[in-house]
Amino acid sequence: MSTPRIKFYQTGTYTAGNRLLDEAARTVQSRMDRMNSLNSGHRACQGCGEALGARYAVDAAMRASHNRLIAINATGCLEVFSSPYPESSWQIPWMHSLFGNAPAVASGVAAALRAKGRGDVKVLAQGGDGATVDIGLGCLSGMFERNDDVLYLCYDNEAYMNTGIQRSGATPPFARTNTTQVVGEAPGNLLGTGKNLPRIAMAHGIPYVATASVADLHDLETKVTKAMDMQGARYIHLHVPCPLGWGSDPAHTIRVARMAVESGLFPLFEAQFGTVVDRTLIRHKVPVERYLELQDRFKHLFGPPPNTEAIAALQAIADANIVTYGLIV
Amino acid sequence: MHRKPFAITLDPNSGLANHTGNWRTMKPVYVDRLPPCNHACPAGENIQAWLYHAEAGAYEEAWRRLMEDNPMPAIHGRVCYHPCETACNRGQLDEAVSIHAVERFLGDLAIKEGWRVQCSPLRGKRVLIVGAGPSGLSAAYHLTRMGHAVTVHEAGSKAGGMMRYGIPAYRLPREIVEAEVARIEAMGVTIRLNTKVEDIEATIQDGGFHATFLAVGAHLARRTEIPGFDAKRMLDAMTFLSSMEGPSPLKLGRRVAVYGGGNTAIDVARTVERLGAEPVIIYRRDEAHAPAFREEVAEALEEGVRFQWLRTIAKADQDKLTVEVMELDEHGKPKPTGRYETLEADAVILALGQKVDTGFLRNLPNVRLSESDDGTIEVDQCMMTGHPGLFAGGDMVPGEQSVSIATGHGKQAARHIDAYLRGTEYTKPPSHPLATFDRVNPWYYTDAEQSKQPVLALARRRATFEEMVGGLDADTALLEARRCLSCGNCFECDNCYAVCPDNAVIKLGPGNRFAINYDYCKGCGLCAEECPCGAIDMIRELK
Repeated sequence: MSTPRIKFYQTGTYTAGNRLLDEAARTVQSRMDRMNSLNSGHRACQGCGEALGARYAVDAAMRASHNRLIAINATGCLEVFSSPYPESSWQIPWMHSLFGNAPAVASGVAAALRAKGRGDVKVLAQGGDGATVDIGLGCLSGMFERNDDVLYLCYDNEAYMNTGIQRSGATPPFARTNTTQVVGEAPGNLLGTGKNLPRIAMAHGIPYVATASVADLHDLETKVTKAMDMQGARYIHLHVPCPLGWGSDPAHTIRVARMAVESGLFPLFEAQFGTVVDRTLIRHKVPVERYLELQDRFKHLFGPPPNTEAIAALQAIADANIVTYGLIV
Repeated sequence: MHRKPFAITLDPNSGLANHTGNWRTMKPVYVDRLPPCNHACPAGENIQAWLYHAEAGAYEEAWRRLMEDNPMPAIHGRVCYHPCETACNRGQLDEAVSIHAVERFLGDLAIKEGWRVQCSPLRGKRVLIVGAGPSGLSAAYHLTRMGHAVTVHEAGSKAGGMMRYGIPAYRLPREIVEAEVARIEAMGVTIRLNTKVEDIEATIQDGGFHATFLAVGAHLARRTEIPGFDAKRMLDAMTFLSSMEGPSPLKLGRRVAVYGGGNTAIDVARTVERLGAEPVIIYRRDEAHAPAFREEVAEALEEGVRFQWLRTIAKADQDKLTVEVMELDEHGKPKPTGRYETLEADAVILALGQKVDTGFLRNLPNVRLSESDDGTIEVDQCMMTGHPGLFAGGDMVPGEQSVSIATGHGKQAARHIDAYLRGTEYTKPPSHPLATFDRVNPWYYTDAEQSKQPVLALARRRATFEEMVGGLDADTALLEARRCLSCGNCFECDNCYAVCPDNAVIKLGPGNRFAINYDYCKGCGLCAEECPCGAIDMIRELK
């Protein structure tokens, strides 16, 4: 990733801000005039990674678009916790239609803005992994292949959390959900199932695809800002831990996300027109256990007796990512 | 709220009506903790506070913050054994912050720039200080800043005490001592040199002093009998080291035995080496049990000093010493073995420690000696002896001895003397709990190795008294200061403000830190968890 890493400034660019850094090198989130697009009072659980990810990403998008932005939201946690009737926690133009049609609605809004000659207003679509990788995939694929001028943000918390933690196409192998219980010969989600949406998006040859994590704010904001400055269909896949669904401590949301990145299980990379062009290096590599042990959904892997084969299979996925994306120099 | 069709267009921000703070069972609170460096500093410096200014390149501010506690940073940056760095939490991450190197940089810069300290107007009280060593000078400085008129009586011909007569010039160049002493004198402190106090009561009365601080140090050498040795060829470490300040060093011969295993023995041996002779250190225990610091021993070995561990001097004939081989019992105590060896020596220097010369206090029955045999005198928690208005510190009171401990005593004594002169008592404000490493979130700190100070080439170290260790340049000093983790005290990195999913952290602007909006804080604890320096506690919500 091309985020400048400033050496010796006490914390470099690892913290949100730092009085020793130039204003320009600090994050949008560290600014007193940040938009707070998703404001206080929303009903997300304690330590919600999705709320955090949405705050990070939408504020960065607002700043990059000079506060001229329309957001389209799919059904999901983000929509439900931010807009229980008659309240809204959004401070931006924001629209919700159905679970599966957010990309189509966004395409329509983009077409309307073009028809009205409003090139100054940008369109953002957002949804969870259920709306994105499963239910809305047809609409999303259409938005991609038409290269509609929309940035689509997927907040990936790896299951249908809003409806009660059911498995999605983004649920990782061995994870416990309410539809992949820890029973039988292969407890948890089956190895070899699921799909990799960033690669599917890349296969459409769209101008920009990136992955990002709430564990790396500078990296996330840089990618959103870069995407907002581009035309056509763009896709960013954000990794957002869910304390409720993953069985992690709400205080550990960022730590869990960081362990996913540092183990290699969630690679951070950027692709343009179908080709990977950059990646964010792992700073301190950790074994996948450091990630898994923070979450009750993987508790069954640690026994007794420990499921060393399953842990080895997850480690193999992480190691393959490290090789594929060159995450360690 | 005006009427709307069902489920259509909610007002922006109407969610603010939902005070999610009532979900909370734990709540975050900002705290300040005591950094381990500050906790360990014998001179009571607020190290983290002056590093904070140095990090920003505000060197004069950093120096002024430092000077609130220690008037001799250029000296301490060179000679202090920096317990702060042993305590530094960064040592558990990569390497400790080189605090002494930054301190020295600030001290040297202040000398170069001629920075001066402001004092309060005089308040009409007069204080006598006996001894112009680190403790006396420190007390003089602090008392002057508090508005007292200070006169220092010094027996020697120059000020500095052990900093001049005990620490060799290759560790502490004399112009540094002179510059920092001159700055204290320029504040209005009168230093009377060659003025040995013989009768303390008479001196106090003649001068009309309202309080007195004794800081004469420990200069009387401990001696031991060596049968058969010519007394003319035997001298003590203090006599030898202080002779280096005279017109010409003492003539010792080629082979010089140094008897003792402390830092003074090492200083003596390294000085002998530089004079072109061949020193050998004889000590009754082994290297692991020697009181000298490891790095001092290592540097001496580099320079060619030889060590005879586990040996005592049994007797001497002509130019030969007979030494007995010792062995250690399970408690580390040396026992004789009955085996003897001989080694050649033209002179023996005894570095067996020093005692306090308390003869000038003989007329004061209320001043009590401590139970040890080193001549140190008892003081209470206010550093006052049994005689009202008579305080004491530095090497002449019981406890560990070093320049920085003595300097710390000087500051403490000044506070108590000031309180005594006002008719009150000084009570130390309570300290914050310690900022331990387990509270630090190390992920956020940039990996950065410690900056290394330049060291003089070995050939020059062995032959000259040039300063052995060089200072950091401005760029390196800045980087080194920026390695500080700011343990336990907010440095405004904005992490808590950014990581709150509920926008419940309020940024108050540069220098004003942050506050929690408890109307919306759900108590998830992300801010505390992601605070790099451990400045947020999660505490149970009282219902």
